[in-house]
Amino acid sequence: MAPDLRTRLGSSELPNPILTASGCASSGRELAQFIDVSKIGAIVTKSVMLAPRAGRPTPRMAETPGGMLNSIGLQGPGIDAFLQRDLPWLLSRGARTVVSIAGSTIDEFAELAARLSDAAGVSAIEVNISCPNVEHRGQVFACDPVDAGAVIEAVRARARFDIPVFAKLSPDVTDIVAIARACVAAGADGLSLINTLLGMAIDTDTMRPVLAGLTGGLSGPAIRPIAVRCIWQVSEALPNVPIIGMGGVLTGRDALELILAGASMVSVGTAIFHDPSACARILRELDEELARRGTERVSDLVGAAHDVRASGRRV
Amino acid sequence: MTAGEAQPETGPMQVRGTVLTVRRVDAYHAITVVAPGVAARFKPGQFVTAAVGGQDTAMLSRRAFSIHDVRPDHGGTVEFVFAVVGPGTRWLAERRARDVLDLTGPLGRPFPVPRDPVSCLLVGGGYGSSPLFSLADRLRERRCTVDFLLGASSGDRIFGALTARRTGRSATITTEDGSLGVRGMVTDMLGQVIHEARTDVIYACGPMPMLRQVTALARRYDIPVQVAVEEAMACGIGVCMTCVLPVIGTDGITRMVRACVDGPVFRGEQVRWDDIGTIPFDALGAPGWEPRARTGSGDAGDAGEAARTSQARSAARARRASHGS
Repeated sequence: MAPDLRTRLGSSELPNPILTASGCASSGRELAQFIDVSKIGAIVTKSVMLAPRAGRPTPRMAETPGGMLNSIGLQGPGIDAFLQRDLPWLLSRGARTVVSIAGSTIDEFAELAARLSDAAGVSAIEVNISCPNVEHRGQVFACDPVDAGAVIEAVRARARFDIPVFAKLSPDVTDIVAIARACVAAGADGLSLINTLLGMAIDTDTMRPVLAGLTGGLSGPAIRPIAVRCIWQVSEALPNVPIIGMGGVLTGRDALELILAGASMVSVGTAIFHDPSACARILRELDEELARRGTERVSDLVGAAHDVRASGRRV
Repeated sequence: MTAGEAQPETGPMQVRGTVLTVRRVDAYHAITVVAPGVAARFKPGQFVTAAVGGQDTAMLSRRAFSIHDVRPDHGGTVEFVFAVVGPGTRWLAERRARDVLDLTGPLGRPFPVPRDPVSCLLVGGGYGSSPLFSLADRLRERRCTVDFLLGASSGDRIFGALTARRTGRSATITTEDGSLGVRGMVTDMLGQVIHEARTDVIYACGPMPMLRQVTALARRYDIPVQVAVEEAMACGIGVCMTCVLPVIGTDGITRMVRACVDGPVFRGEQVRWDDIGTIPFDALGAPGWEPRARTGSGDAGDAGEAARTSQARSAARARRASHGS
């Protein structure tokens, strides 16, 4: 019998746990040339901001072993264009949509949550708190439990009650569990783990940094063990909080690894750059992995690696 | 084999294509792959991307290549030309017949072709000339005349000199070391060729500095120029936002547009060549940019533009502590 891949996202149900990762699928339109966007669990949009944003100068990308550094700088059309053009398109295609939001002040995040609450077709909000807080000397929200909690609290207060709010955490912290606890205490319905790690590459010929923005976010399979560790630690401390896992998932086996660590949903990011149909392929491979193991429900395996008896989900 | 089921008739597709041949062409390599759908949908100026390194590869960016030629044999084949510049292209050069290649295409906006039979000058730098020969065929179908102007650092880096001489009304070759044709750069000969060929339209493909100069000269002669730009890409399908450059829209607003889906072909004068590698201060969404409706003016004169552009650049640098998306 085919494994049951259905997954809960707040009060709604996704047909399967495979999502796109924010910033790797734009708003789904480009991917629709290669996959049926309604067949995967959900599209997680590129982070939307209040105003249009040009992003950082080029070069914006550096390939590194097993991964890549990017320094895009959240280029995007802004919330008005998103609500007018992208969200209705996703809805018309039957896709479920998790909208990633980003801001440089707490008020910006809150306003975005309010704007999205008036729109149709938002399955969840993922709060990208890996942005510098201009009101706190550019300190990244995700690196400070107080700032992180303040953003989540403001978003939760303005988001419609039935839209789950997920906080996307940065692994560039000493204690990710402390940040996770702060976000959950502030009202986060779930957590997204992990954002990219800050990295840098230098061109040894020009003797200058490769990226015009100097530093960039490291993604790809190079960071998968860090994602597994972060998901493990957070799900050990907060076993009842739903986790969207991401970080270097290239195959169905990789998705299963994150599920076993405690993720109930898995976002596919950099893999899409390598293979535009990656989400559909990984979904198929995950299905095969589960079938081979005789797993009835994917939900049975969420966090299964924590169980010393290795026999399904811990209580 | 196609990846998706709901394939539109005109869009790109992802195929696992069988390699027919890989051959050396002077300093370059040309690879021919069986890719029926890609070949059928191809228009000159479009490109393909290839995954490199095989299964379990550590190289995650796809490599983008202009399509040189498509042929109907084996249900449709695609050929592209590349130079070995790193581990990805080295891997490609090591492919042999019957190997399988993950190809996506055809991608990007093709060269627009004129409605009337006009005099077209096709300018290529290095193996940037590779997409120009299928364009030439298309132009001749429209009863246009085609002149070629090809340049490179040395003779072995001119791609397609023979084809250009055989099929073009004229073919001018320039090399920096004088090993083939005229010593110098394509831009040294551009004015003369334009005069002799009575050029109506220029098409150019090659390194960015060459495209910039060709555009500047075309403007001087008041000749429309279409350029196919070379920007570093990671995905080739418009989702990664790596390959952006500042381009002025028909509404006069500069946007950071993606070379892969909004290009690679642009009207030369729309590209802000001096500002490539920066976010111009007046680009939509640049640091400090305000919507016109709120500020009452989004226009800025030429005065002080350079200074303000460098301000925009340092502002962008100042935000470097943030994570990428």
